[in-house]
Amino acid sequence: MSWVWKLLKGLTRFRVTGVSAAEGLPPVQAKGMHYKARLQENGCGQPMKIIVCIKQVPVRDSQLRLDGGGRWIQETDLSFEINEPDAYALEEALQLKEKHGGEVIALCAGPERATQSIREALAKGADRAIHVREDNPGVLDTLSLARALAKAVEAEKPDLILTGLQSDDLGYGQTGVVMAELLGMPHATIIMEVEKQDGSIRVKRELENGWFQWITLPLPAVLAIQSGIRKLRYATLMGIKRAKTKEIRTVMAAELAVDTKPAAVIERVYMPRREKHTQILQGAPKQAAQELVEKLRFEVRVI
Amino acid sequence: MSGVLVITEQRAGELNRMSLETIAAGQQLARDLGTTAAAAVAGGSETDKIDLTSFKLDRVYVVRHDLLANYIADAFTAALEQLIRKVAPDYVLFPHTYQVRDYAPKLATRFNQALISDCIALRVENGAPVFARQLFQGKLNADGRAEGAAPHFASVQAGAFRAEQAEAGVAQSEVFTPQLDAGAVRAKPEAPFREAARAIDLSAADIIVSVGRGIREKDNIPLVEQLAQALGGELAASRPICDSGWLPMERQVGSSGQTVSPKVYIAVGISGAIQHLVGMKGSKAIVAINKDADAPIFEVADYGIVGDLFEIVPALTEAVKKIRG
Repeated sequence: MSWVWKLLKGLTRFRVTGVSAAEGLPPVQAKGMHYKARLQENGCGQPMKIIVCIKQVPVRDSQLRLDGGGRWIQETDLSFEINEPDAYALEEALQLKEKHGGEVIALCAGPERATQSIREALAKGADRAIHVREDNPGVLDTLSLARALAKAVEAEKPDLILTGLQSDDLGYGQTGVVMAELLGMPHATIIMEVEKQDGSIRVKRELENGWFQWITLPLPAVLAIQSGIRKLRYATLMGIKRAKTKEIRTVMAAELAVDTKPAAVIERVYMPRREKHTQILQGAPKQAAQELVEKLRFEVRVI
Repeated sequence: MSGVLVITEQRAGELNRMSLETIAAGQQLARDLGTTAAAAVAGGSETDKIDLTSFKLDRVYVVRHDLLANYIADAFTAALEQLIRKVAPDYVLFPHTYQVRDYAPKLATRFNQALISDCIALRVENGAPVFARQLFQGKLNADGRAEGAAPHFASVQAGAFRAEQAEAGVAQSEVFTPQLDAGAVRAKPEAPFREAARAIDLSAADIIVSVGRGIREKDNIPLVEQLAQALGGELAASRPICDSGWLPMERQVGSSGQTVSPKVYIAVGISGAIQHLVGMKGSKAIVAINKDADAPIFEVADYGIVGDLFEIVPALTEAVKKIRG
């Protein structure tokens, strides 16, 4: 009986995808169909086209030195990585794709070195990438940057745009919200959980002091994902191999012709002044530990 | 009006502390600029309970509408955009809360401006404000300026200004009713809720030993736990540790966890991101143990040991045990 079942399934497939059986298309043609139709027939619900914004930043434990002009840091000796909050946005996008089908596109603004982080996103499972190339990232403030990113993805007509909560370097924490406004999409931030629904998305927002709230947004929408909500995956060897053949479309930021008049400029970068006089206890671990115990006993008086 | 407009934040008719800090910031900025400050609060009927008229303010605007009773970015943005167009301030200040992070960048975009977020200090030089912010998780600071046409938008970090410094006075209050279209409010919110009640009240502890990323693996946690036990203190953690499930959420200290002020707070392998610092910088004494001498935790620490926690912590536990027996 199984062949009957297969035939019925086959017929249903044709109906769902709008390709009439009378045209006599062999099933292999299904491969060429629009991916949304293809996934619907596979019973995966509605797939989504998801854009994930990633930023490349110096690795977390970098020793930072100021540049000569005191306006930024010396970048020459630094190693870079995907901004960790964005890695969580990427992870959420990949898991949504695995559950509902669709496509994950990594979007990254930055100089040429950012290609390395883009490759990493592709190796982890993003399908393709858009690199908004700006060799002097300092020239764009958050508004101009969001304008460039929004312009670069407008034509993609994504269902969902995900960002991390903030960047580890500048920490403005607003690129996604500004993009949403520019693209006319609703948004929500500090998202702990994402539930895909028909034409909408139900998300759990973190509020302050241990409070949470579910809200439902129509699609397309922009979400800023809270860090730490899922375990991050590593790129597999196969993933790294595959990434080499995936498409990276490079767009020069200047060619996007967005308004780049700055609204906020950084004038000076400097080492923070210590708020307190810190007594650094020197010596071998045992000696330093012993000295700390003395301090806790006679100065803080808690032991 | 020109001047400074402070947007305060309330929940169920109660202002949060950061709103008072931002009023203090707004008053200081207005004074330094030789202008005046006004304040606004938005919400539904619960705004009846808010009284800002006892502060030294030019005016208090109560932005009231049924669609503002439950916070939604679309409604708050539209309502405050209308208020700002009417009041026409030069500077709009917000407390840097989760809610502000959610809508203020959208609001600023409507005025072709960027939000200068999470400022730690404001000062006036040559007649214009300089906004100080932290970069690289607090490792560096930056001074910035607002450009382009007013209004300019900035938010103020928790604890950057003191609520007690908000100057008292007498202010006139007026209700501002925004024109809001229910159809343009796209998000459907559900009622806020709290997850499992907290079993551990860290705020009552005299001694807290807190562990961060530097511990590297879950299996290493007992090392720090033994120190907490030897000291008779509570074990706490920074967010990444709780996110990884290595310790339960109720042991988390920081902006998304508990705020503590023990007699001594021992931060082990915690770099001191601002989200953590806001939860513990009120501690009477702070000890930092970290391998990175440049970690921001040392900026708030009274005592520091720069080195390998895997050597220092066991030595410390031993030394404490010797005294405590």
